[in-house]
Amino acid sequence: MGLLSDPNRRRALINLLTRLNAPICGMPVEWLVKTMQARGLEVYTQRFSRTLPFPDENKERYMVKGTNVYGILRAPRAPRTEALVLSAPCTPGDNNNQAVGLLLGLAQYFRNQIYWAKDIIFLVNDHDLIGMQAWLEGYHHTNTTGMDWSPLQGRGGSIQAALSLELSSDVVTSMDLVLEGLNGQLPNLDLANLFYAFCQKIGVLCTIQGKLQRNDWDSVSGYSHAVQTMMLMVMKQASGRPWGDHGLFLRYHIEAATIKGINSFRQYKTDATTIGRLLEGMYRKLNNLLERLHQSYFFYLMPSLSHFVSIGYYMPAFGLLAVILLLRALDLWVQLATPPPTTEDGIADIDPGVLSVLTPLVISHLTGAALYMLPIRFQEMAVEHFPVSETEAVVLTAIAVYTAGLALPHNTHRLLSGEGTEQGWRVLKLVALLYLAVLLGCTALINFSLGFILALTLVPGAAFVTPHVPKVLSAFVLVILSPACTLLFSVFFFQELQEMPVSFLDGWLLYLSVISQGILDHFLYGSLVYPLIALLVYPCWLLFWNILFWK
Amino acid sequence: KGDAAAQKQAEPAVLQPTPQPKDDFQEELVVRPLHSGDIYASFQFRTLWETDFMRGNKVSHYRLFPKSLGQVISKFSVRELHISFTQGYWRTMQWGQPYLPSPPGAELWVWFQDSVTDVDATWKELTNVLSGIFCASLNFIDSTNTVQPSASFKPLGIGNVTDHRFLRYATLPREIVCTENLTPWKKLLPCGSKAGLAVLLKSEKLFHSSFHSQAVHIRPVCQDWQCKTTSWELRQTLNVVFDLHNSGQGKREWSLFKMFSRTLTEACPLASSSKIYIDITDNPEQFELSPATSLLSQAMVLGDRRTFSVYDLTQQDTFGNCTPFCDMLRPLLHAERYVAGYGLQTGEIHTLMYNHHPYRSFPVLQLDSVPWYLRLYIHTLTVTSKGKDNKPSYIHYQPSKDRVRPHLLEMLVQLPPNSVTEVTVQFERALLKWTEYTPDPNHGFYVGSSVISSLVPSTVAMDTNSTRERPLFSSFFPCKEESSYFVRVYTEPLLVNLPTPDFSMPYNVICLTCTVVAVGYGSLYNLLTRSFQIEEPSPGLAKRIANVIRKMRGVPPL
Repeated sequence: MGLLSDPNRRRALINLLTRLNAPICGMPVEWLVKTMQARGLEVYTQRFSRTLPFPDENKERYMVKGTNVYGILRAPRAPRTEALVLSAPCTPGDNNNQAVGLLLGLAQYFRNQIYWAKDIIFLVNDHDLIGMQAWLEGYHHTNTTGMDWSPLQGRGGSIQAALSLELSSDVVTSMDLVLEGLNGQLPNLDLANLFYAFCQKIGVLCTIQGKLQRNDWDSVSGYSHAVQTMMLMVMKQASGRPWGDHGLFLRYHIEAATIKGINSFRQYKTDATTIGRLLEGMYRKLNNLLERLHQSYFFYLMPSLSHFVSIGYYMPAFGLLAVILLLRALDLWVQLATPPPTTEDGIADIDPGVLSVLTPLVISHLTGAALYMLPIRFQEMAVEHFPVSETEAVVLTAIAVYTAGLALPHNTHRLLSGEGTEQGWRVLKLVALLYLAVLLGCTALINFSLGFILALTLVPGAAFVTPHVPKVLSAFVLVILSPACTLLFSVFFFQELQEMPVSFLDGWLLYLSVISQGILDHFLYGSLVYPLIALLVYPCWLLFWNILFWK
Repeated sequence: KGDAAAQKQAEPAVLQPTPQPKDDFQEELVVRPLHSGDIYASFQFRTLWETDFMRGNKVSHYRLFPKSLGQVISKFSVRELHISFTQGYWRTMQWGQPYLPSPPGAELWVWFQDSVTDVDATWKELTNVLSGIFCASLNFIDSTNTVQPSASFKPLGIGNVTDHRFLRYATLPREIVCTENLTPWKKLLPCGSKAGLAVLLKSEKLFHSSFHSQAVHIRPVCQDWQCKTTSWELRQTLNVVFDLHNSGQGKREWSLFKMFSRTLTEACPLASSSKIYIDITDNPEQFELSPATSLLSQAMVLGDRRTFSVYDLTQQDTFGNCTPFCDMLRPLLHAERYVAGYGLQTGEIHTLMYNHHPYRSFPVLQLDSVPWYLRLYIHTLTVTSKGKDNKPSYIHYQPSKDRVRPHLLEMLVQLPPNSVTEVTVQFERALLKWTEYTPDPNHGFYVGSSVISSLVPSTVAMDTNSTRERPLFSSFFPCKEESSYFVRVYTEPLLVNLPTPDFSMPYNVICLTCTVVAVGYGSLYNLLTRSFQIEEPSPGLAKRIANVIRKMRGVPPL
């Protein structure tokens, strides 16, 4: 591999990097176009604009307008059917300038090579994920989120794989691999293996979840380190959000990962040339692929970069949890099937009626629909009447609707004429148990981590709740195990895992921002976690809440 | 004989003064520096032979015309045959129009004589024979990728029969072109690669390029303007684009030696004309040709008047390098295609056709041949230009039959001036039978290029006199009127992923079940069918004798 082995090229790259270090306001579109053209690429731009449903306070943006710049390196004698993508987000300020510089340096180097069999697209995307979403939607001519973008002029056929490059600081000591994508989708494991193999070959420190690999598996500390790494992956995957620009590629069946350069204040520093060699190696490997990556796993959890837990090992854990629900349901079924002991009052107990089951179902789902719709609809009204910003309005409305749902049993009973029967709650619980089992099963198939965490918290409550358990204690436990509290604990747990513990107040603020991010992820990128929780999981939990207060 | 009379009349039109030639060979190389900095080299070799393959008497004496192709023409009653092998995609927006367009992969279209009764069988046999001649996978052409276009592919030679029952068109977008295709192609030349321009055709350089295309065209042409005599024309063309960026180290300087790693020393002795044209139209003052030539020629090609420096190899010339850098006019017609959508159930094919003419609209014929496993929803076909619905004035659609024939869609669309016309049609991805998947199913399945043919308005008056002597590269497509010229544009082929089962899983399952069957069932079967009996040790000799004696005495044995 001869990347930058000759001093002229290295000098050119260093010049480029130092020039890029000058602070830039916004993305220098014209400069990028000219630079890419000078490197012999076919350069195109794409404009896009998007108004967020409510302001994003983390990234301080509301009405987003931007331009993506991409250059296509046409492979000689290739019929434009396959392409690889190398992208680098370019944010205002000089956050990722190193990455853009390296991308241009690689473009220049790649252009002079003759071995390319697939077109290579060098993409500099504006406004990180929003730009990437616009570009991918433009490339595949779909519109899933209602964004405005100008159609793309140049294409390279079906994209086989993509890497996104983020170098957050000038000094890089280790490379971190980010795999978790939208809705917990993961790229093929071979991509991770490829990265690991090349890091080993070149001698770059490589991490996953920011954690180095340890070789002492047998010791307790080594084992807990691996468990921590894996738990971080579970938490990130469960969040369903793209943890890097690569996350949006996965929807289009494009294997993608983000490579982050991290400064962890170590002695050993990695220079741009080494990262360039790493990327060159990976791209040459991907270039040689005859088929899409498909041989290895798509479902896995990684306790370290060189080890993985396959679906065959982790799925039984979830299966055992789900079996509890089915067994409880079976138990109830048997109880319902045996004729009730004839009491002296007569046979009033026998027929609970469709209404007594259907009413709580409908009402809880209506509450869920309100939780999904109201926060966005009522933000303007809330801002007018209360001294809050739009973002706070959305989050607080969501919490308010959620809490209001707890008054559901009261409402249900008002609608139901007469008392709930013993048979009635049994039927309702049977329905709710099966509903939860199906729901969790489907969730775990799509996003294992999310399904598992939900199962862990919802199954105990679902299993034990009846109208005859102690009310106050049970209500407390049920609330603690409700989805919203699960999210709150997850926030603290995640911070703990990252070795960045927060105080309760900070944690609460973080919790609020996580809710707003979750809602934004849904509207901007089509993440399914928010609608899943609001429309399905929360109503299901409400059913159990309803059973507890059955009269 | 009629032949002799025809020969006499044809005499004024015959180009070279060799005594009474019935056949004639010309070779030509055009070099065009492209504005992207690349160099486009186009070779054309033309063999004309005044003979009749269809007459009852067998043609047995071949001089310049390759015997293998001659026999193909007479055996399969071929009227016109066009075959091209291309590696790479012609980048119209960067390179302008090629002299002879061709789609990536292999393309074959043939007009048969109307005397052929079973066209499909003849076609099948012909593709197999050509597959052997050109060392290519043309034998993979079958009914699932053959279509009969009704309008897009008209005969290019003489003849009025336009019944498309006698036309067959097929492409193999996946065909890879390499040296094994070049060698048989070169063998068809009268001088082989021994002398003349073909000396330059060295595969190590030809396949070190951005684009490579070789083709063979056979058609009957007129010898004179009255068309009293006809002759067979065999045109072999080879187009190649060299990337100077890779090899030139930044300098825009080229020479034949740099491109082909060979130089020219002599013309092919059998050639009546052997010429090199250098396109110097764009910014001639920036060119510096060495050796200089005084011969300039103008030709109307692709709607543009171009100036060429001409080198006549029959006069012992060689030449060196020149340094061009210039702008080129934008191609008036340009098209691209892609698959939209995600997921493995449905998708949408988008074809974009650009008309860059500032004020003239012109009609184009679009031909799409889509394999059956993409089930086109033809009711979703939309054609829009400038945001408005653009109704095609002619649509010929032949639905596919599963595993038998592909979809054929031909449309005549009017492209408004300075506009983009978008044709979209949705499709569903079919689930194949497991034996129908290719060995590499996760690579995807190819859909051939769509073909866009058009008469594009010309900025200069085109030359309609078909018999006047013109450079070969400007005389392939017949020109009927002065105001327009014929252009054919191919879009890129598509690579579409179909729902693919995990083939390693059945393999594992087969291995596992075989083991289980072999070990478990085998031993169980063995146990069940074997009859057990207690075998006594064979008695000793004394005992046996004793038993015989006892048997004779009638006493039970021991």
